[in-house]
Amino acid sequence: MEIRLNGKPERLTGAITVGDLIREKGLDPETVVVEHNLAIITTVDFDQVWLEDNDNLEILKFVGGG
Amino acid sequence: MHTNNSSDTLTIGGRSFDSRLLIGTGKYPSDEMIPDIITASGSQIITVALRRVDFRATTDNVMHHIPDSMQLLPNTSGARNADEAVRIARLARATGCGNWIKIEVIPDNLHLLPDGHQTLLATETLVKDGFVVLPYINADPVVARQLEDAGAAAVMPLGAPIGTNQGLTTREMLHIIIDTINVPVVVDAGIGKPSQACDAMEMGADACLVNTAIASAGDPVAMAGAFAAAIRAGREACLSGTGSVGIQATASSPLTGFLYE
Repeated sequence: MEIRLNGKPERLTGAITVGDLIREKGLDPETVVVEHNLAIITTVDFDQVWLEDNDNLEILKFVGGG
Repeated sequence: MHTNNSSDTLTIGGRSFDSRLLIGTGKYPSDEMIPDIITASGSQIITVALRRVDFRATTDNVMHHIPDSMQLLPNTSGARNADEAVRIARLARATGCGNWIKIEVIPDNLHLLPDGHQTLLATETLVKDGFVVLPYINADPVVARQLEDAGAAAVMPLGAPIGTNQGLTTREMLHIIIDTINVPVVVDAGIGKPSQACDAMEMGADACLVNTAIASAGDPVAMAGAFAAAIRAGREACLSGTGSVGIQATASSPLTGFLYE
């Protein structure tokens, strides 16, 4: 299946949760904020949300800014 | 206005601060420098931005360099309208870093000037949603009034376009905002030198937000200290009441008892 991850197509090999995808990308789930199909997912729910074909996922974090 | 300098604090969103210098975290040669900047500036409020994670980059995490004691002020940079600003604000709050938000709605990337109407719409929504809202605005007294009426915790008019280091090019409008707005006025953007921050504070601004002028200085840590000193000096001058400006000279020494008399 394929999702859109941060605006780009991302092919996934099988069923996966948001939490697993974050860890697979080498990220600490505590340092990111996630929007799944325009709905915010809180950190405690990352492992409860399973990704589906055509889902839209945004993974964001704080960076330097003024 | 306070007259007792020892109890002179800046209060925003129900929280009081000794420092009147807000700092940003952008454009530093290295994020490793940020803890020293915080110490040198004495700042207690610090801005950050929210961006998509770049999966190819092994970038540092700016949050590792910001102590928990700092009041975090995420901005909505990247928002081009009210809806995008609200979306970013809610994402920022979902990080668990508090409910403060600097609204920044900028439709064009050339001059980076904020859209007052969209900023007002976002402020109305986010105030109702329980945010402590600090909107970044052009130095427009009418917009500042509308934002105060909408429940903004402070207003942040620009001195000059972001990152230009031009100083207080909006001086006369800043005067009117300072005179007419009751919530704290934080001069944000365009301040290039400590003397300009001091000037803003002498005029009666409640605080200044400085990023580029510190981050792009030859010695950013020393410059952070210089800004802190300038802002303290300007605030003390404001509280002390500056003397009147005249055209004719008024002698500081007695005009009698000269030797030749």
